Amino acid sequence: MKLLNEAKHLIKDNIRDYGMYIALIVIMVTFSILTDGLFMSARNISNLLDSAGYIAVLAVGVMLVIVIRHIDLSIGFLAGFLGAIAAILLMQVGLPVYIVIPIILILGLFAGSITGFLVAKIGIPAFVATLAGWLIYRGAILLATEKTGTIIVNNDAFNAIGNGYIPALMVINGAHLLTLIVGAMAIIFYIYSTISNRRNKVKYNFEVVSKEIFILQLFFVSAIIGYISWILASYNGLSWTVIIMLFVVMVYHFITTKTVVGRHIYAVGSNPEAAHLSGINVSKITFLVFGSMGMLSALSGILFTSRLQSATTTAGTLFELDAIAAAFVGGVSAAGGVGKVTGAVIGALVMATLTNGMNLMGVGIAPQYIIRGGVLALAVIFDVFTRKQRA
Amino acid sequence: MSEYILEMKQITKEFTGVKALSNVNFKVKKGEIHFLVGENGAGKSTLMKILSGVYPYGSYEGDIVFNGKVQQFNKISDSVDTGIVIIYQELALFPDLPVYENIFIGNEVNHSGVLDFNKTIVESKKLLNKVNLKINPETLIKDLGVGKQQLVEIAKALSKDVKLLILDEPTAALNEDDSENLLQLLRELKKQGITCIMISHKLKEVTSIADKATVIRDGEAICTLDASKGEINEAAIIKNMVGREIDDIYPKRERKSFGDKIIELTNWTAYDPQLGRNVSKDIDLHVRKGEIVGIAGLMGSGRTELALSIFGNSKSYKIQGDLFVDGRPVNFKHTSQAIKAGIAYVTEDRKGDGLFLLQDIKNNITASNLMGISSNGMINENEEIKVADHYKNSLGIKASSLQQLVGNLSGGNQQKVSLGKWLFVGPKLLILDEPTRGIDVGAKFEIYSVMNELIEQGMSIMMISSELGEVLGMSDRIYVMAEGKIKGELSSEEADQEKIMQLATQ
Repeated sequence: MKLLNEAKHLIKDNIRDYGMYIALIVIMVTFSILTDGLFMSARNISNLLDSAGYIAVLAVGVMLVIVIRHIDLSIGFLAGFLGAIAAILLMQVGLPVYIVIPIILILGLFAGSITGFLVAKIGIPAFVATLAGWLIYRGAILLATEKTGTIIVNNDAFNAIGNGYIPALMVINGAHLLTLIVGAMAIIFYIYSTISNRRNKVKYNFEVVSKEIFILQLFFVSAIIGYISWILASYNGLSWTVIIMLFVVMVYHFITTKTVVGRHIYAVGSNPEAAHLSGINVSKITFLVFGSMGMLSALSGILFTSRLQSATTTAGTLFELDAIAAAFVGGVSAAGGVGKVTGAVIGALVMATLTNGMNLMGVGIAPQYIIRGGVLALAVIFDVFTRKQRA
Repeated sequence: MSEYILEMKQITKEFTGVKALSNVNFKVKKGEIHFLVGENGAGKSTLMKILSGVYPYGSYEGDIVFNGKVQQFNKISDSVDTGIVIIYQELALFPDLPVYENIFIGNEVNHSGVLDFNKTIVESKKLLNKVNLKINPETLIKDLGVGKQQLVEIAKALSKDVKLLILDEPTAALNEDDSENLLQLLRELKKQGITCIMISHKLKEVTSIADKATVIRDGEAICTLDASKGEINEAAIIKNMVGREIDDIYPKRERKSFGDKIIELTNWTAYDPQLGRNVSKDIDLHVRKGEIVGIAGLMGSGRTELALSIFGNSKSYKIQGDLFVDGRPVNFKHTSQAIKAGIAYVTEDRKGDGLFLLQDIKNNITASNLMGISSNGMINENEEIKVADHYKNSLGIKASSLQQLVGNLSGGNQQKVSLGKWLFVGPKLLILDEPTRGIDVGAKFEIYSVMNELIEQGMSIMMISSELGEVLGMSDRIYVMAEGKIKGELSSEEADQEKIMQLATQ
């Protein structure tokens, strides 16, 4: 009984953090029931994660842009354009993959820095600067694909990024061994880091949850990681897209929570004047965040082009809005200063899950848009209400 | 009918437990120019906000009798409808709209919702004539100087058939000529039967045109001086304004001899391109090691701007003159360089530009010196907690834990977090801007004690304060500022409230 009470309090106090996890689980369970378990099939989950990849990567970047009180509308077509450049470099120039990918990422960084320059140094509102970028990159895609139309990419190494899986090493009873090993390592890492984190908190008399709840939490999260690894292992294993996505999340999560730069980003977002008076270089941070956004757009473009195995004239259409929606579903605050990397990724997963589930059920495209819009509105309403509650 | 156009009776107003006004009686006769004078925070503006309906009926105790009737203003437009118009120091004009639209904004000349521009312009011309402003009504507000903008505000008030005009420090931002113009206009309006209440810190204005002057001190109306009885003179006003003794709310500190000059400014002039004027002019000052230097002056005298111009805000100001830190000339391009050189600035507006309200105590304390707790750009969280814990204990920050959001702390504790944040930088010179504004007496004492401790440890402090008691109680030496200039320097022995007020109101 005491345990139940504590759990209740915990959820109530942290509803903002737990809200989207709960929402994601509810949505997944609902779809599983409605599709007679088809949704939770190994093949579908694998497919779902792959299809979320290129938006999730953008969502992480744009979340940071929103945290520092700006916006970036150019990212969709920038991704599409850089994807087309990647295809041209691979197919028409004939460069090898290991050279093309760094070139594209650097081009993205450069494009993002231009936006950063316009916003931070010239002082153009980000909305306008990136709207200009939206138009320019859209034109640029058309220009790049003008002669050839859709550029088919038949480079196996490149296409593996969006469609391939990590090697199994060995298959045991139809299960993908390396995936299971990765899953097991993730669980061990998770348990180790949360325990050491808790120890630290106890040492400094910070509030921690009771031992029972803590063990329950460990068990629950481990079970989820284990279950997903198991599902993926019983199909083709972890895809390269998921590996890349996890890598981006880990790197960005680390930067935002553990480094000086990350702290400065949130400081600039929560109060730019105070940040300036604290000796933080606001325009440098703005530069950096837009630069990272450009690089992630490039990565998103690579993921998308590779997944389609071709660069199309319309690649990147509406990506920016999907990414922004994902960031908001993931709890980023339009007022700045608040937002998490994990939140943005979960937001992208929620949106991808909705699309995927409704596709499985044969819901038409019109209701799909309306439902996704409704979920976005609900997420923000939820956010506003929980914030008021705490204030 | 009574000879008074306005009587405010037994007005009491509380802000969450603090009495801003207690039992204030304030009477104004028809057709007189009546000044309200008092120190910053004495309650003048609060009284006028009650009169104009900013604080609605029911949020205060007492009665407002205007034109013989008890009034119950629920919103600003209620007071405007009865003929009371207030003009704030911060003008409420739209810079990108022409003069005539500004005059009739919210009161547009129209025929069933369609604007009549011609009539608006004709009417505007008439009103502009009344205030002696010879300009084309189609001029944009942003193309006018502050003095003329002030007159447009008055024309706007006249358009509303004003009976009682309230001016809140109308001349604070004006130069001599514009001020004289305005005063002349007020004399003329008086002849037309318009009553005027004016808040001003410039005692010369009071002595030159006031019929009456009511002195407010610590939320009470002390006295009303009458010009016709010859009671209005600077000495009488100042005496009534300051009136109180310095209580022993200032902890004693042993005053030792001071060390070398930590910081020195010579011929320091800061130009603000946004305002289009010099906010600091020809300033020479220095602070020595182990010294508390008070910067006194009234609001708008350029003290904060001076501090910001020292603190590496080259983006906002164009600087002329020299700044020496430890005897070496320096030129800060960014606040981070000033911090590195050992200067810390604790802002007067801790919520607006001092703290990160949505972040916890720990993050706020380390915000200015993250390098001090990190290696290779990675934050050492254990170290961070130790640091934050140290300042929480040594400054006596009262909070449930280091993870409490700063936005949820009381003013005094927020100020301590601000202090902690800057102490962690390890500065040589701490610039405190209004260190105890909005803080209760207990917390004030604690902050003064911390200041004394820091001096013991060899730090220097430059304290900007509008509270005379604080300046006198804490400083070793005092500079008095007015209109961006240093009007005088006083040692702690020779300084008293009258002398400071005299310099500040020059």
